[in-house]
Amino acid sequence: MFKAEIYITLKKTVVDPQGATIKHALESMGYRHLEEVRIGKLITMKLAFDDKKKAEEEITGMCKKLLANPIIEDYRFKIEEAR
Amino acid sequence: MKFGVIVFPGSNCDQDCFYVIQDILKQPVKYIWHQDTNVRGFDCLVLPGGFSYGDYLRTGAVARFSPVMKSVVEFANKGGLVIGICNGFQILLEAGLLPGVMLRNTNLHFICKYVYIRIENTETPFTALYKNNQILKIPIAHNEGNYYIDEKGLEQIHRNNQIVFKYCSKDGIVRKKYNPNGAMENIAGMVNSKRNVLGMMPHPERSAEKILGSDSGFLIFQSIIQWLKDK
Repeated sequence: MFKAEIYITLKKTVVDPQGATIKHALESMGYRHLEEVRIGKLITMKLAFDDKKKAEEEITGMCKKLLANPIIEDYRFKIEEAR
Repeated sequence: MKFGVIVFPGSNCDQDCFYVIQDILKQPVKYIWHQDTNVRGFDCLVLPGGFSYGDYLRTGAVARFSPVMKSVVEFANKGGLVIGICNGFQILLEAGLLPGVMLRNTNLHFICKYVYIRIENTETPFTALYKNNQILKIPIAHNEGNYYIDEKGLEQIHRNNQIVFKYCSKDGIVRKKYNPNGAMENIAGMVNSKRNVLGMMPHPERSAEKILGSDSGFLIFQSIIQWLKDK
């Protein structure tokens, strides 16, 4: 069994109004060292695989087909053995 | 002319579309549940607005894998007429029947109001009865209508003349300040390169009779019928 954390983020070239709004809110609270704030998604899952490579291939397929839209989003993931 | 209105879990404009087709246009129409895969015998398929699958993950992203969508893609590839309104447009984008993607409105608000759009292309089955540059008063109601496409894609839709509607002022001026949601180049609706698939954010089914405040959208449906008759 493997546990995976999948991060979906907007591509650098895509404007993120949510991130900009949060940055603005943080600044109005007094946080003065912000260069940039961007918001993404975190998806966690458990997969019943014995082979790590197979699990990684499966997740890559999921990201390409459904979890991320390649026009605007990038994806990356961490995977580790779970009991 | 037989119309099919596709119903996804979370669609909420399906009954309005059905009503306009049956009661105003007096055309035969049937609901198609998203788990049905038989779209034979239909002349035009409507993907209505709503919040299919709760808009989870991205708007339209899950609906695009509904069993019926395989049939919709085949239907479109054979030249069948498909119109996606609001969430229906978002589903067509996710399904790859139209290029680009919807981002959240730049002001982060759900926008529900009347807007003006200008007809940019009358050489489509959906707009043939309008005049070029005609201005429509038509409602929008969405959270993700901020159309985005990369530079290469934008060039391509210009080359193929695929932009059909642009947000504008009451007098038809297309400027940033008349853009409600941040959509690239004020794009409110577009067709595919073969011109048989239309996606639009505004709601023609909510503006098809005067008693509801505007009948600007009526000619979209009437154009479809005319096109099918002349075919």
